[in-house]
Amino acid sequence: MTQLNLPRRTLLATGGAALVTGAAGLRVPARAQGIAPTPSMRGGANNYRPGAPIVDRIGGGGFWMTGTVRRAGDGAPLAGQRIQIWAHTTEGHERDPQSHGATLSAADGTFRLEMPQIVPAFGQPHGHLAYDSDAFQTVFLRPVMASARDKTLQAHFVLQPA
Amino acid sequence: MSCNPPERTKAKAWLIWTGLIAAVAVPVGLAVTSPLLAWRGPIYIAAGLAGIAAMALFLFQPLLAAGRLPGISAFDSRRMHRRIGLVLVALVLAHVGGLWLTSPPDVIDALLFRSATPFSAWGVIAMWGLFATALVALSRRRLRWRTWRALHTGLAVLIVGATALHAIQIEGTMEPVSKAALVALIVLGLAATLLTRRR
Repeated sequence: MTQLNLPRRTLLATGGAALVTGAAGLRVPARAQGIAPTPSMRGGANNYRPGAPIVDRIGGGGFWMTGTVRRAGDGAPLAGQRIQIWAHTTEGHERDPQSHGATLSAADGTFRLEMPQIVPAFGQPHGHLAYDSDAFQTVFLRPVMASARDKTLQAHFVLQPA
Repeated sequence: MSCNPPERTKAKAWLIWTGLIAAVAVPVGLAVTSPLLAWRGPIYIAAGLAGIAAMALFLFQPLLAAGRLPGISAFDSRRMHRRIGLVLVALVLAHVGGLWLTSPPDVIDALLFRSATPFSAWGVIAMWGLFATALVALSRRRLRWRTWRALHTGLAVLIVGATALHAIQIEGTMEPVSKAALVALIVLGLAATLLTRRR
């Protein structure tokens, strides 16, 4: 016969660890395994204009906004997703219609759109991106450039079915 | 100081004024020639400059309140302190109003303390501190002297501290080194005035 001899110290340590894990929310449900959806960022939707046209390039170009669009869970690349982009650039304020444009993601889920150089505005050199079509839940991003001299900025979408 | 020979007093006054004017003129001069201005409309430019001007005036406010600026009588010093106080309220209203016209959602986020940029919250705290100071100053005669002074001093420390945190984190038209120097002088000026004032 095996005697279950659990020393008090072990019991306290195991129980304590289980409590801490539970309280810290570390026991995530199984469905969240895999790629989690991207949450919208604070201020991401500021100066958003619904229905910005799909363009080959915003204004004169010289700066590249790039990124990827994937599906939450399995992380599969999503093709043909419309991504809207706007920023304060050398050619206009965020609110100006000519500062806005949209592009579609390619077969491998990547997107890239040439636009004018982003310049610091409202305290940070930053861009805005939106996914707002019907198939997935809306996401607004507001990435910040590491340096105002950067010639490119990246943003990645992981979308959750609507 | 009164036992100093007149030449030394004069030289000291000249040094103080030159230093103060340079501390303000260099950062303001660099800001008004910032390359970023080429890509901003007039309202946005004016809004930014109103904020910079307000911060620069914070350098003089404690020195005027304590009558520390050479060549200005105690009476004139206090009167200038009060007038600049009113100018500060107008400048901050122009700063926030101009930013609102430029990008309403960013200013609404800031006022509701949900902005993406942490410096926005400090700016809003400094703004409310300034408005509170104006209200306290208007009701000065109805307050006990000690209460009045404690409130005014506390608010001054809050405004200058919040303004310093606001300005230093912003990547804008101000050149970073001259901005940091101005912010440091403003903080030092207030601290020195408070530490050496009459009890």
